[in-house]
Amino acid sequence: MSDSGNRDLTARIGVYVCHCGANIAAIVDVPALTEYAATVPGVVVAREYKYMCSDPGQELIRQDIHDHDLNRIVVASCSPLMHEPTFRGALARSGINPFLLQMVNIREHVSWVHTDKAEATAKAKDLVRAAARRVRLHKPLEKRRVEINPNVLVVGGGIAGIHAALTIANSGKHVYLVERQPTIGGHMAYFDKTFPTLDCAACILTPKMTAVGSHPNITLWTYSEVAAVEGYVGNYKVKVRRKPRYIHEDLCIGCQECVEACVYKEGRWADEFNLGLSKRKPIYLPFPQAVPQKVLIDRDACIEFKSGKCKKTCIEACGERMAIDFAQKETIEEIEVGGVILATGFKTFDARRNAYYGYGTYPNVYTSLEVERLVNASGPTSGEIVLRDGKKPERVGIIHCVGSRDHNTNRWCSKVCCMYSLKLAHLIRERIGAEVYNFYIDMRTPGKGYEEFYDRLLDEGVHFVRGRVAEVSDWPVHPSEEGKLIIRAEDTLAGFVRRIPVDMVVLAVGLEPQADARDVRRLFNISCSEEGWFLERHPKLAPVSTFTDGVFIAGACQGPKDIPDSVAQAGAAAAEAMALIDAKYVELEPYTAHVLEEECSGCKTCLSICPYTAISFVADIKKARVNEVLCKGCGTCVATCPSAAIEQNLFEDREIFEEVEGLLAYA
Amino acid sequence: MKYTYYPGCSLRGTGRAYEESLLAVFRALDIELEELDDWNCCGATTYMSYDELKSYALAARNLALAKKAEHDLMAPCAACYLVLNKTQHYVEDYPWIGQIVSNALVTIGLPDSIKVKVRHPLDILLNDVGLDAIKKRVTRPLNGLKVAPYYGCQIVRPYAVFDNQRNPTSMDRLLEACGAKPTYYPVKTNCCGGSQKGTLPEVGLDLIRHLLAEARRNGAEVISTVCPLCQFNLEVFQDQAAANSHKFGMPVLYFTQLLAVAFGLPLREAGFQRSFINIKPVLAEKEIAYV
Repeated sequence: MSDSGNRDLTARIGVYVCHCGANIAAIVDVPALTEYAATVPGVVVAREYKYMCSDPGQELIRQDIHDHDLNRIVVASCSPLMHEPTFRGALARSGINPFLLQMVNIREHVSWVHTDKAEATAKAKDLVRAAARRVRLHKPLEKRRVEINPNVLVVGGGIAGIHAALTIANSGKHVYLVERQPTIGGHMAYFDKTFPTLDCAACILTPKMTAVGSHPNITLWTYSEVAAVEGYVGNYKVKVRRKPRYIHEDLCIGCQECVEACVYKEGRWADEFNLGLSKRKPIYLPFPQAVPQKVLIDRDACIEFKSGKCKKTCIEACGERMAIDFAQKETIEEIEVGGVILATGFKTFDARRNAYYGYGTYPNVYTSLEVERLVNASGPTSGEIVLRDGKKPERVGIIHCVGSRDHNTNRWCSKVCCMYSLKLAHLIRERIGAEVYNFYIDMRTPGKGYEEFYDRLLDEGVHFVRGRVAEVSDWPVHPSEEGKLIIRAEDTLAGFVRRIPVDMVVLAVGLEPQADARDVRRLFNISCSEEGWFLERHPKLAPVSTFTDGVFIAGACQGPKDIPDSVAQAGAAAAEAMALIDAKYVELEPYTAHVLEEECSGCKTCLSICPYTAISFVADIKKARVNEVLCKGCGTCVATCPSAAIEQNLFEDREIFEEVEGLLAYA
Repeated sequence: MKYTYYPGCSLRGTGRAYEESLLAVFRALDIELEELDDWNCCGATTYMSYDELKSYALAARNLALAKKAEHDLMAPCAACYLVLNKTQHYVEDYPWIGQIVSNALVTIGLPDSIKVKVRHPLDILLNDVGLDAIKKRVTRPLNGLKVAPYYGCQIVRPYAVFDNQRNPTSMDRLLEACGAKPTYYPVKTNCCGGSQKGTLPEVGLDLIRHLLAEARRNGAEVISTVCPLCQFNLEVFQDQAAANSHKFGMPVLYFTQLLAVAFGLPLREAGFQRSFINIKPVLAEKEIAYV
């Protein structure tokens, strides 16, 4: 490309270099950079300021635009992710088009990653020179406004999803709540008591579940999953797959007479809700307070599905209601929503992965979630704490950090285990008077009333041993250990290795991302952290937003969280979603692609590669056309087009070439 | 089937019975072994605690020699097996170690690639030979002989290459194929005391005592081992470990010796004459014929 051919020689450029306190100024020689910028062709004025993003900083730009009749602005500061909107705003307020701006990232790309001042300053100069050349080619662009669909989709019916759905529905908007399990309630429904107040979990959860079930503004689809998502902020088209429960939900009244009447007189299949600690029949209600109160049939267990030769006593019992339908098929519902809240929760660590604690080998080693069911009045033993052989344990060991803070499995702290272990210790001690030993690495009890709860446990005579447990075994070295499980741990406070014989071991399993979190991430086009937790837009200032506009996250799918935190996040996500919807319109960024029709040969290559199906073929003129509302500006079509007939706003070839040339032109 | 065989010092010293039985069993299964030419110390001895780099260099020399031979390298001694594996990991994981080791190899005129598969005989017998071939070779089944399968630490920790770290079962399965009955033995990967018996005798004896007591508690008639140091500790210190309570009298054998019995090989060929505790009364009681 020739040196002068593409230049807009009428460009009057202002360059603004930010110190960002010491963030930039400590490494980059800002005065020298500014002085250099003033010498770049086309630059009319160059200035430095301590915080360019501040009001006085923006005022500086506004004043210059006015005084020097500037028509292009370069700001050398931080990442455009941080402050591009700020400076575009400053341009707009000064009466010039906001897209006549080019930012240069001399913080993340220069000062934060370099240590040599001279070289860093030289690099910053190169970048500023390149930006000044590129910005001349910027064109004024307009944002598009599109209407927002007022409905919201909430994915996941645990406490976070329930709370978000109710908050939005109470504001008068319509919510679709999609839950994979046959009932809502999530993990909280498993618990007997909640820490640190020892509220009855069911007493505080079930009213909210019932409210969801009967709310006129909530469409509840349980036993369902999101199958496909299309569209963009404000206008998502979502397909929901509803798995057959072989029961017509509108006809079933939850009387459970069919369950009574089933040809199996006793349950035979592992009851999911009791984690296999009890058995259920092929037709069942997940648990007494399930919402919706509708039974379902497990087709892998039901004789009718296996042989077609069942007496079908369930149908007889259902009688005129005729709610049972063995021929029911999976259905797909299609809905349109403006925003999405993902509240898909977590899964607990598989304790078998730590071979040293004997889960799956020794029957009296339990996971904490199993013990939640054991202490629960609606659990498999009606709340009696007994071992698998029916005996009451006299000594119980609770091992913290199983699958947390461990370089062999998960490195993160799961945040809730210390507190729920204290709660279980309290409940076990209170109900059966057993000696309870907690083996911990550090006690982590920050939270309102949490440390006080720990204090209370110390007073209650629960034992605490500080040290990571080496192993749980059943080999005795002393008669007192015969027939017991022996927990071997280094007591790091006392400074020796202890062997503590117990009857029951509780593994405080950590929290992990759902097994299919990465699939869900792709479905909604959001990001995951390295560990698989959904990534927030900003860890401090945008904790429930994602990098995809209109998709919000709440609860433990974003990282380990207890109930109060999950509910708080759900409320925040609901507020963000409502703020989006109440704006009525959304402005779309104009960095979209468009087809230069005179160049287009109609080969259709671009149609198949567009990930957003934003390109269509106009048959009568045999040309491709981009729907700029659907286009996300990924640039794939631009790179693919064999005749270079597609151009993308703000990323035109000549703009990029000009920037590259600017970089390579040694000063 | 052919392997490069690395005996290490133990199999020529305290562990001679291991080498004799191993070679006999491999001959019986028609597996060819070619001893590594000009092998040296594996590096597991005191080198590891005084100067790790020298230890890696020693191991690397063996590996580089084996690499030239182009067969998998079989290291029966658990300590050799671990140090050879460890060297490969460390050279890969820590480039500065890799550089020094590579310089050392080049200095003595060896190629600096040490990428050769290091195998334990348990792994070879189970995964290359297979249980079916073993079963076919059994002529004198072990008649339900109760064997405590003791693996020790080094062949499964920290690199669980071919078996579970906490509950390995490869030896259990091999012995079962020979008609023995492996007992429940929850301490199968516990520490045998290593060289503690020499430095902190009470600590070492305690560890040995637990292993013997647990074997007896679970009804074992013999203990089967895969490591010369484990075998030595468990066999020769039995009386000291028993102290004033009743003596253990528990034969401690290499798993290859039990295989040799099941294959009908003469006891003398499998090194039984080197045992401190006679196996014959146990064999007689189980009506296992032997020559």
